[in-house]
Amino acid sequence: MSGTNAQSPPEASTGKDRRPLIAFTWLWVGVPLAYGLYELVRKATQLFTG
Amino acid sequence: MSPPIAPVGWSRWLVPPAALSIHLSIGQAYAWSVFKTPLEDTLGLSGTQSALPFQLGIVMLGLSAAFGGTLVERRGPRWAMTVALICFSSGFLVSALGAATQQFWLIVLGYGFVGGIGLGIGYISPVSTLIKWFPDRPGMATGIAIMGFGGGALIASPWSVGMLESFGGDSSGIAAAFLVHGLAYAVFMLLGVLLVRVPRPRPAEHGGGPAPAADGPQVSARQALRTPQFWLLWVVLCMNVTAGIGILEKATPMITDFFADTSVPVSATSAAGFVALLSAANMAGRIGWSSTSDLIGRKNVYRVYLGVGVLMYALIALVGSSSKPLFVLCALVVLSFYGGGFATIPAYLKDLFGTYQVGAIHGRLLTAWSTAGVLGPLIVNWIADRQEAAGKHGAELYGTSLLIMMGLLVVGFVANELVRPVHPSHHVGAATARKGAPDVRHERAESA
Repeated sequence: MSGTNAQSPPEASTGKDRRPLIAFTWLWVGVPLAYGLYELVRKATQLFTG
Repeated sequence: MSPPIAPVGWSRWLVPPAALSIHLSIGQAYAWSVFKTPLEDTLGLSGTQSALPFQLGIVMLGLSAAFGGTLVERRGPRWAMTVALICFSSGFLVSALGAATQQFWLIVLGYGFVGGIGLGIGYISPVSTLIKWFPDRPGMATGIAIMGFGGGALIASPWSVGMLESFGGDSSGIAAAFLVHGLAYAVFMLLGVLLVRVPRPRPAEHGGGPAPAADGPQVSARQALRTPQFWLLWVVLCMNVTAGIGILEKATPMITDFFADTSVPVSATSAAGFVALLSAANMAGRIGWSSTSDLIGRKNVYRVYLGVGVLMYALIALVGSSSKPLFVLCALVVLSFYGGGFATIPAYLKDLFGTYQVGAIHGRLLTAWSTAGVLGPLIVNWIADRQEAAGKHGAELYGTSLLIMMGLLVVGFVANELVRPVHPSHHVGAATARKGAPDVRHERAESA
């Protein structure tokens, strides 16, 4: 996740490090999703154990 | 509210979390069933009545995506995400008032009508922006967002159950749960509103001119409806979704019936596990197949969804009842294609119609989803009921349904084969494109 593309010049050229913001935002959505997946896996295992 | 232009150095990897914060929230719609039993017990409703808020919500999703798409393109993703936040969140707050005062019509109005507008606008809000940020991987980018819609129910389902257990299943408990949902989702979705940015113009030293995503054919939403390509993709999506819903709708009775007369019958607990696995396949298909389409092409990936889908259904029909692992595997593959079909369609639209009004075109195409949502369950339930009345049982109940699903997939396959590049006469002139697409206009103004 280097954060560069055709429209957005490299972060290095601006001196602003976006990595903490990227980490925070991905955690913001990743943590609830991980919780949902954990609950899903718990339920799915019932197919083989239930 | 003008579209927020990304500052210099803004990372495109900040855009998928913005999209996910919206889609993970509105995906809650598929966990509505959690509220059904408490509402039925508290307000004395029938099963059909308690499904009304969800059904109206899905209808409003289709309508607002179809009719609000052009407005979303014009006002930009931040405006759209703000509308989605306000509608989705206030829908819960109105529903909380309805539950507290035991006025069911307020719940229908709040969750179904107001919240449903939030669903539709929220669903299409990040699509066009993601495609513009990821011109090299549009399938992966939209796959991430649309996977979020599938993931929303996974989060909401256990979360809402826990909340109802804490607050109680009476009217005040349901009202408190709705209230917390409304407030929590408002905070969660706010990240998307604050974070979303449209791409900056390409700097003059990099050649100036439009961003790569704006190159190629550009077709307006109005003009797209006049092309055979739009309607062929409409058929493709409708057929693929109908086939997937055919399994989703009857997953529990289907696996139970298939193995009822065998030495390995399926218990209710195991069937619940099967349903959970289907949800996982649906989600994985959204990101996995959509990303694959960036490598093998959109037409080829739909050939896989529809062609291999026919084979999977044939295997279920012919030898499904003889092997539980085979039955489960085939159903999982079909559900991964179902999810993949949803997630790949925005990139397919971008390939054919360009980025000019791809969000609006996507919104109009979602009417295929609404149609399939009615068609799929209708076919499977109606046929299963008739087979049961005819004295059939076990796997025999589903033979005709599976055959029809295979037929629908073949229709979708043929429609996909007929898709050709859009004729240049449908393309918008450069002046029109500049007038309608704020980011493109901005880019060209700066590079001039």
